Amino acid sequence: MGATGGLTLVFGLPLAVALFFFGLAAYERRMGLATGPGFFQRNGLAVGLYLVLAVGFWVFFVIVLPQFSMVDMSFRPKLPPAQMGGPKDVFTLENYRYFLFGSTTSTSSWNWTHLKAFVLTIGVSIAITLFNFALCYPIAFHMAQSAGAARLRILLLLLIIPYWVNEILRAFAFRVLLSSGGIINKLLLGAGVIGEPIDFLGADVGLYMGLSYAYLLMMVFPLYSAIESLDKNQIEAARDLGAPWWHIHLFVVMPHAKPGIASGCTLVFMLCAGALAAPLVLAGPRTLWFTPIVYDRFYQAFNWPQGAAYAFILLVTCVVFVLLVLKMFRLSLGEITR
Amino acid sequence: MTSGPLQRILFAVYIAVFFLYLLGPLMVMGVSAFNTPQYPQVWPIEGLTLDWFSQLFADQDMMYGLRTSLWIGVLVVAISVPIGLAGAIVMTQIQPRVRSAYYLVVVSPVLTPGIIIGISTVVFWREFTTMTGTRFLYDGIILTVIGQSSFISAYCMLIILARLQRFDQAQQEAALDLGASYPQVFRHILLPFLQPALFSAAVLAFLSSFENYNTTTFAILSEKTLTTVLAGRVRQGSTPAISALAVIIVAVTIVGAIAYELWKRRADAAAERRLRAAQAAEESELSGTAAPMAA
Amino acid sequence: MAAAVELEGVNVTFGDFVAVRDANLTIEAGEFFSFLGPSGCGKTTLLRTISGFIEPTRGQVRIGGKDMVGIGPNKRPTALIFQNLALFPMMSVADNIGYGLRVRGVPKHERDEKVKNLLIQVALSEHGHKKVSELSGGQKQRVAIARALAVEPSVLLLDEPLSALDLKLRQHMRAELRAIQKRVGITFIYITHDQGEALTMSDRIAVMNAGVIEQVGNGRSVYAEPRTPFVAAFVGENNQIRGRVTAVADGMATLDTPLGALSGRNPVGLKAGEEALLFVRPEALSLVPTGTPNGSTVGFDGEALDVAYEGSVTHVTLRVRTGQKITATVGGGVVPVSGETLHIGFKPQDGLLLARAASH
Ligand SMILES: Nc1ncnc2c1ncn2[C@@H]1O[C@H](COP(=O)(O)OP(=O)(O)O)[C@@H](O)[C@H]1O
Ligand SMILES: [Mg+2]
Repeated sequence: MGATGGLTLVFGLPLAVALFFFGLAAYERRMGLATGPGFFQRNGLAVGLYLVLAVGFWVFFVIVLPQFSMVDMSFRPKLPPAQMGGPKDVFTLENYRYFLFGSTTSTSSWNWTHLKAFVLTIGVSIAITLFNFALCYPIAFHMAQSAGAARLRILLLLLIIPYWVNEILRAFAFRVLLSSGGIINKLLLGAGVIGEPIDFLGADVGLYMGLSYAYLLMMVFPLYSAIESLDKNQIEAARDLGAPWWHIHLFVVMPHAKPGIASGCTLVFMLCAGALAAPLVLAGPRTLWFTPIVYDRFYQAFNWPQGAAYAFILLVTCVVFVLLVLKMFRLSLGEITR
Repeated sequence: MTSGPLQRILFAVYIAVFFLYLLGPLMVMGVSAFNTPQYPQVWPIEGLTLDWFSQLFADQDMMYGLRTSLWIGVLVVAISVPIGLAGAIVMTQIQPRVRSAYYLVVVSPVLTPGIIIGISTVVFWREFTTMTGTRFLYDGIILTVIGQSSFISAYCMLIILARLQRFDQAQQEAALDLGASYPQVFRHILLPFLQPALFSAAVLAFLSSFENYNTTTFAILSEKTLTTVLAGRVRQGSTPAISALAVIIVAVTIVGAIAYELWKRRADAAAERRLRAAQAAEESELSGTAAPMAA
Repeated sequence: MAAAVELEGVNVTFGDFVAVRDANLTIEAGEFFSFLGPSGCGKTTLLRTISGFIEPTRGQVRIGGKDMVGIGPNKRPTALIFQNLALFPMMSVADNIGYGLRVRGVPKHERDEKVKNLLIQVALSEHGHKKVSELSGGQKQRVAIARALAVEPSVLLLDEPLSALDLKLRQHMRAELRAIQKRVGITFIYITHDQGEALTMSDRIAVMNAGVIEQVGNGRSVYAEPRTPFVAAFVGENNQIRGRVTAVADGMATLDTPLGALSGRNPVGLKAGEEALLFVRPEALSLVPTGTPNGSTVGFDGEALDVAYEGSVTHVTLRVRTGQKITATVGGGVVPVSGETLHIGFKPQDGLLLARAASH
């Protein structure tokens, strides 16, 4: 990003948007679409300024401009600081080429390691999402519809305790559990089921279980609150009509809980695909996962533009996934982020 | 939905398996914090010890990281709650035709992987501080606070928005009608109404910040937080001192959850009492014993 | 003394929708003035225009002789009691009442003194420390009134304040409100869709329909001398019969109707040939056996469908030749039997003729 061009954007964009809102407000007022006091009249000058500045800072300096500059960087070559903004600082696709072909120039062979890691990450994340849904649905349903008040409190407490244990510790717990000297191997050895300790971590079992484990609760809570809002009488009515239990779940409960299902699934997928802690702690030497590769672009290869390109690829994937889920469930964004 | 005895048993087994899966690993880790071997071990218990806790507290890096994490948590609360509040208020006032676009922008951080938020924050602020000659702002703690605030503000906004949508506009008008100025309405009426949501948002913001790793690890630069130190330690190898940390966190969570439960019960009881008082007043009024208005 | 509130050509529109049309009105200081009309007719809109939450699209609002244009609700000498009261749930009863004084910067001791007096006035002395949610509906009502009176407004605006209350309490509060108004002596502008409330409490009433003030007058005059079919039908029970004027004389007119020739007063000066509606109150009707009509009445026959005996009076619903239903309220004496065919008669002075499709 050229220095002056960059600054123009950084300060010009918020200004342009502010002007747009000013114009829109004036237009709506003139067309009689907006009546009553205006924004500053309604909030007072001090509060109005606070609102505009706080939201402006957040939207532009914390959300939009950082995303924009990451995307911008991903389309630029890696240059020493002195040459940034110079004649060599041009638009390029070389970082994306590297992702596909393992080289910034040649396209003769595919970059199998990174591509495989990418595909595996997406595939496994989807699989974990489905697995977690299947595992959490019954308990969410039980808590929302049939558990008594006292029991519900206990269940919620049991769920909340692990919720605030951070990802690294959760992953670490799985390492303690699954390592070759861990309790599972000891039990299996003791029972004589196996003769040699199993290398769970090297076989990626540890990683996949750890990921599923880490984001279990992100599935339970949205499901729970969505099913909770379903009127118990609807289930009763369906049962009185003689509907079998699976029918009730498939055609009464799940359609109602659609926003919660979509919300849980998007969250779990996004967290899995973007997980950094679990791969760090549980990955074996040959494990393939996309996020550590992104991390290494930055802090091993020190190639920030390449890292930015990889991050953007991950971001686009997540956006596509969210859009697909919304489309599949015929929902709007507002319904799944409640 | 359980009816037959077989279904009941199956469901009980399922619940047991679910909680074994959820809590088992934490318990195993918890036990290893008290066991003597160098490597976190559950069985056999070779001897009970609290050494791992003292080792944890003696770990200078860890303690330094803890202080930074707490500090960052406080700053994130101080930034995210006001931003979330402003974001929610703007949501209720913005022109309907641009509302969904605004919503899309401000909730997008919730659905963006944390590492991407961390990366983009670093990339932008490195360029921005260079361009504007404010390099002193390019600091791990500041960047982490900004990066985390991106999505934590969105959490706060969603919590506050849920309550704001139940705000009775007549309250504001009543205050205005009694002569209050707009800033007074904001301070006396709106903020107290939102207070429970602001409190929840603050707690959630602090906890989210404290446990965050993905965004932090990119944005922290050369600084250290508890999670980044922890990640380094875990990478180096397993030690029961890490289990000890987990035990402490779980213990604090349990204490917090119980305290919240007790507080909530008391609040519920008070609300219940007020409701009963209102009903009693209603009854005595209807039976005609209401005090007549003074002439 | 200047009039409390004057409306001059006030129009309020929302987009294309006209909520208040050309309101012209003078409300005197110290008056208990009511707006009466069905739900959705623009009463709240008009009240909010007076209190300053809505700027009129056209026209002028004057309070105490002063034009209120551009003066916000927090600067007007009015206080509004909201339809849902809008008490502040996070404040105690005393803090609610003292809020207007607090934002005016009245010193604490002075404020406390005044709040104490107000609490006594509304019989809530023991409840000052309580939370609003601990009070009964009637008590909340009184807190809202005390809160509004605390700022010593020159006009108190009340938006259906009793509608949320239990019926019995509502009756009781009518008297109380009236008593408070007499005591404090300020102008009350009261909104209601309940004609009983309007008639019992008000000095004058403005009857509204679809954004238009149709008639202003005291309770007796809007009940006994309605000037539009809407007012005649809305205020009190009324029977209406369509017809065409055939002859006019001495403020009376004769009407040709499907039930035969009928006559009544003609206060709006209808001319022969005009379409008209004849209104007769149920209590003005007399029921006698068919074939024995009294010479001084006009009338027609009808079959009693439903007879509701209430002791001192009996409500009878009858069906006439055209299928239309007529209600009559008759005094003790003979109680008709349902199924019986009777002659329904009334004195021409009790009949009232109004133009059909009068105002709009
Ligand atoms: N802010 C508004 N925007 C559009 N229409 C409104 C607005 N406020 C009121 N109205 C409409 O104006 C009419 C009168 O409303 P209102 O004054 O509340 O009636 P009332 O109090 O007599 O029941 C209604 O049809 C209502 O839908
Ligand atoms: Mg109304």
